[in-house]
Amino acid sequence: MSNAARTPARRRRHPLATFVVLLVALVGVGTAYAALSGLASGTAQAAGSSATPQQIEQGKQLFLEGCSSCHGLAAQGTSNGPTLIGVGAAAVDFQVGTGRMPAAQFGPQIQATKVSYTQEQIDALAAYVASLAPGPAIPSADQLNYQDANLQEGGALFRTNCAQCHNFAGKGGALTQGKFAPPLTGASAKYIYEAMLTGPQSMPVFADTTLPQEQKQAIIKYIKAVQAEPNPGGLSLGRIGPVSEGLLLWVLGLGLVTAVAVWIGAKVS
Amino acid sequence: MSTTGHEVEHAGSHGDNPLAPGLPPHTPRRADVDPRAARRAERQVATLFGVAALAFIGFVVAYVAFPVNKVVSVPLIGETSASNLFLGLTLGIGIFCIGAGAIHWAKKLMPDVEEVSERHELRGSDEDRAEAMGEFARGSAESGFTTRPLIRRTLLTAMLLLPVPLVVLLRDLGPLPGTKLRTTLWAKGTRIVSDVTLQPIRASDIPPGGMVSCVPEGLDKIEEEQGNLNARAKAPIVLVRMRPDQIRSEQGKNWDYEGILAYSKICTHVGCPTALYEQQTHHLLCPCHQSTFDLADSGNVVFGPAARRMPQLPITVDADGYLVAAGPFAEPIGPSFWERG
Repeated sequence: MSNAARTPARRRRHPLATFVVLLVALVGVGTAYAALSGLASGTAQAAGSSATPQQIEQGKQLFLEGCSSCHGLAAQGTSNGPTLIGVGAAAVDFQVGTGRMPAAQFGPQIQATKVSYTQEQIDALAAYVASLAPGPAIPSADQLNYQDANLQEGGALFRTNCAQCHNFAGKGGALTQGKFAPPLTGASAKYIYEAMLTGPQSMPVFADTTLPQEQKQAIIKYIKAVQAEPNPGGLSLGRIGPVSEGLLLWVLGLGLVTAVAVWIGAKVS
Repeated sequence: MSTTGHEVEHAGSHGDNPLAPGLPPHTPRRADVDPRAARRAERQVATLFGVAALAFIGFVVAYVAFPVNKVVSVPLIGETSASNLFLGLTLGIGIFCIGAGAIHWAKKLMPDVEEVSERHELRGSDEDRAEAMGEFARGSAESGFTTRPLIRRTLLTAMLLLPVPLVVLLRDLGPLPGTKLRTTLWAKGTRIVSDVTLQPIRASDIPPGGMVSCVPEGLDKIEEEQGNLNARAKAPIVLVRMRPDQIRSEQGKNWDYEGILAYSKICTHVGCPTALYEQQTHHLLCPCHQSTFDLADSGNVVFGPAARRMPQLPITVDADGYLVAAGPFAEPIGPSFWERG
């Protein structure tokens, strides 16, 4: 009868340590995602009025300094950037006003960053580009007045034309090869209108001929209504419905239940 | 043989057999040997129960204090209903603390003794088995099952016919779909109208890079008549416009109209609506499983699980200048099916 070799059990880790680490990691990932996905484009200001020759001249100077290296000295386009002839003032106002242009870095998609120009300078740039060839103009305050639009129609139009990429609650979504449709959280009426009008980057053009002004206003009214919607159930979880809710319950909920079950079964000392 | 729990022999007695080492030695818990640890555990359990009691009071307070539509801003969560938040939190904390306290109590303070219950043999005793067989034989004789053939035969007939109603009901799985999977509302001359607003479209309405979600004219009438969505499920298309020189299509030459192409909106993988169109790459992406179709190249699959190209609808314009279908789809739309081959 040998009682040999009964070394004291060295417990290097608490039995729940694995679960705690897992939990912390999950919460960390969730928090980081929530923080990053909160990025949204800037705010809007009143659209500029009709262009003056001085404005066009100022815009040309700004263009030569800040844009011509990629878009060419006469905005004819180079291998680094497309031609801007005919894109119109609305495209300039959207791209520069949301901080997408000047491009911070090339990648699958030019992303919105800090706005580099004042609204006055943006208006001048837009006036210069609009002077090259006719194109969509910056929508007027009257065009952007969506208060009287039909919210129900806006919802139907949004779900048919926009939701496939931007998600039915405007939370954005993935496209191919690293491209993505940005969230519409915080997007202003002017930039939504301009994006539909000009089709920036991967987005198709939704011209006034196929999506008239009243319908654009209805879509904007719907987006604004969704933006203002609170989350009565707590976490919005990207507002993508059962996918993220199920994931959270399966991973976090079941993980928690498993951790408690392990604790119940664990030996005490 | 029938033993209930008894004090266990601890390791050492079996220590020589590596296959049956027995239970590890009993180590008393800190609370068993140290009265101060026991008192500490007692206080911890009492604290958990106390927190639970406070939480339940908090629930009532929150119920009274927060009107249902009161919205508060919470870090990470954002705008949320104060009532929901605090009712859930207090109830959750209260119930959790009762459970946690009970388990803590059992683990730290209740008796800590290993017990063993031996398994019983599964086979019954010979006397029990003989008695059961006797009961069965007696019941069989008393029922008259063997001596009354009329009852036996009618019962067997009834039992044999019992599955028939279930089999007959299987008929409702049919009839076979016939040509429904191969046909859509699109035919030569069917006018293309935009979805939701049902407006006809001229070729000049769509700028290069533009996209319009469309349905066939008259779809709304059919929906009213039939009251179902089968026609709609097959009919949606997307119209996209690119420069004619960007179209690399081999099949379906002249199926476009001045660079305007019409494709089914139903993914050929499992039939999700597919309208994530990237105007620069001319790729159409399905959000369900990332099947990607190149609309400049016959709708061929460039990525993802879809096995077939996106069916293209040949289009032209009618006498009034509106876009119409030049014919039906040349192949069935949507996912593959058994009879398609």
